Amino acid sequence: MSVFPSTAAAKAAGRRKPAAGAPAPGSRDQRAAYLFVAPLGIGFAVFYFWPLLQTFFYSFTEFGAFGGNTWIGTDNYVRVLKDVTVWQALGNTLIYCVIGLLALPIAIGVAALLNRRGLRGVAVYRALYFVPFVTLPVAVGLVWNWLYNGDYGLINEVFEWFGADRRYWVSDPSTAVYAIGTVMVWSTTGYYLVIFMAGIKGIPRDYYEAAELDGAGPLRRFFTITLPLLSPTIFFASVICMINSLQTFDLIYIMMAEKNPAIGDTQSVVSLFYKWAFVENAQGPAAALAFLLMLIIAALTLVQFRLQKRWVHYA
Amino acid sequence: MPESSVRPASRRRFNAGSVATHAVLSLGALVMVFPFLWQLLTAAKSLAETAKVPPTFLPDTWNWSSFEEVFTALPFKEMLFNSVFNTVGRTVGQLVFCSLAAYAFARMRFRGRNVLFALFLSVLMVPSSLLVLPQYDIIQRLGLLNSAPALFLPGMFSAFGTFMLRQFFLTLPKELEEAARIDGAGPFRIFWSIMLPLVRPALAALAVITAMWSWNDLLWPLIVNTDPEKMPISAGLTSLEGQFETNFPVMMAGSLIASLPMLVVYVFLQRHFVQSVALSGSKS
Repeated sequence: MSVFPSTAAAKAAGRRKPAAGAPAPGSRDQRAAYLFVAPLGIGFAVFYFWPLLQTFFYSFTEFGAFGGNTWIGTDNYVRVLKDVTVWQALGNTLIYCVIGLLALPIAIGVAALLNRRGLRGVAVYRALYFVPFVTLPVAVGLVWNWLYNGDYGLINEVFEWFGADRRYWVSDPSTAVYAIGTVMVWSTTGYYLVIFMAGIKGIPRDYYEAAELDGAGPLRRFFTITLPLLSPTIFFASVICMINSLQTFDLIYIMMAEKNPAIGDTQSVVSLFYKWAFVENAQGPAAALAFLLMLIIAALTLVQFRLQKRWVHYA
Repeated sequence: MPESSVRPASRRRFNAGSVATHAVLSLGALVMVFPFLWQLLTAAKSLAETAKVPPTFLPDTWNWSSFEEVFTALPFKEMLFNSVFNTVGRTVGQLVFCSLAAYAFARMRFRGRNVLFALFLSVLMVPSSLLVLPQYDIIQRLGLLNSAPALFLPGMFSAFGTFMLRQFFLTLPKELEEAARIDGAGPFRIFWSIMLPLVRPALAALAVITAMWSWNDLLWPLIVNTDPEKMPISAGLTSLEGQFETNFPVMMAGSLIASLPMLVVYVFLQRHFVQSVALSGSKS
């Protein structure tokens, strides 16, 4: 008995297909679709959309000592833009971004080497390079702090062996930001490697074989085949890399102890945001700083999308 | 060009090149893995031995007391449990909420679908620093600060997961749904027993990557759960640094235990990790 209505519905669905319109509102399918989307929609509304509006509101207010916010217009933004620590944090963040991008050429190089025909152990290499990315960043930070340690760290031993001076890598303001940046590169290379290996897999083998028959050496093949055909993937990876490194927080938080003299020279925008918002109770300026960061991320992403026309080849 | 004159030369070059390739790749792999080896070796040394210059490579005597010390210095067991709870909560939440929504977006027609989908995707572009202040307020108002749900509540909803699963649902043939419908199956039945099993690889990929992000997350737990008993291990580990400033064996032991669960998951489910990263790279 129940077969009839549902066949009718199926026929109706079949007839609807060519038309672009949605089924009648209130139909069983419509209601089901909304029920499917509702849990996520409510979650997003509560934990994403509402907070976003709220932060925007916070950025124009001052938090009272006993709760309640007062509207203070753009004062927080003015304060943020006038604060030298903000500019320093911004500078540090851009340094992290530039250093972080170094993971890409390294990953491309490794991916190209792994692409060698008949190479054994590809899966093993990939697995090993990926381990730092999977590892808890806090643990990674602690291990590298120990390696960087000025008195007993292994890195100083290596440098001394080469005749260089010992250094306090993470507390020396002139090296700390690069020390942290190096760890960033180390821990993300495997991630980009996997992305590039997937990208290279999509390049037809025939191209390489044809080039080889024409006498193109490995370097030539890399620059004329791999690199151009991988450029959409490189573009995607560089956007991801930039967005992530502009939001660096974990490694800095763990590697820089509270009394580290190089804190100002290493703290990122998100580190500063965390300090203002949750340590110093300066929620208003913190909210303004968060919007500033978002604007910077959006602007740099836009620049990347503009520039892509010059170097990305879409087959 | 005659075949025979090219072959031997190129084969010789191939072998030499292959050795050089392995040399470079192994050196890189050593750089990637050595810090973990050093972590283990340090954890097994005595405090006095770590202060030796030049350092010893292998411990003079293998001493595992640092591992015990970690468990007495911090509520480490509770922290590990909180991490598991956080990871499971977020992962299960994302699998349920994202797959439901992803299915609707991929396979059902409804008014406002495209607008809603675009709106949901926009969540991907919002940096978390723009959200955590009010998110903290919400958790506080719900009276959930320093509780297990505080850790995983906002993380149960993901735009990335929805997008990834939707891509998978889009590839399935329409005939399956139509046949089930003719047999009288309702929308939820079709979703649950026909379509969902077909995207299992995508669910697995989403599960492992979500588990990894949850286990490793630091900023959010630092904010909502400040009571050590309620912290996950990622946040808990940071307090080790203050307590054991120069006691590197204890810090290495702690960081080793804290990262081990995810590494074990990685070893067994490596394929899914690689899959999820490769997917995120190619589909966007």
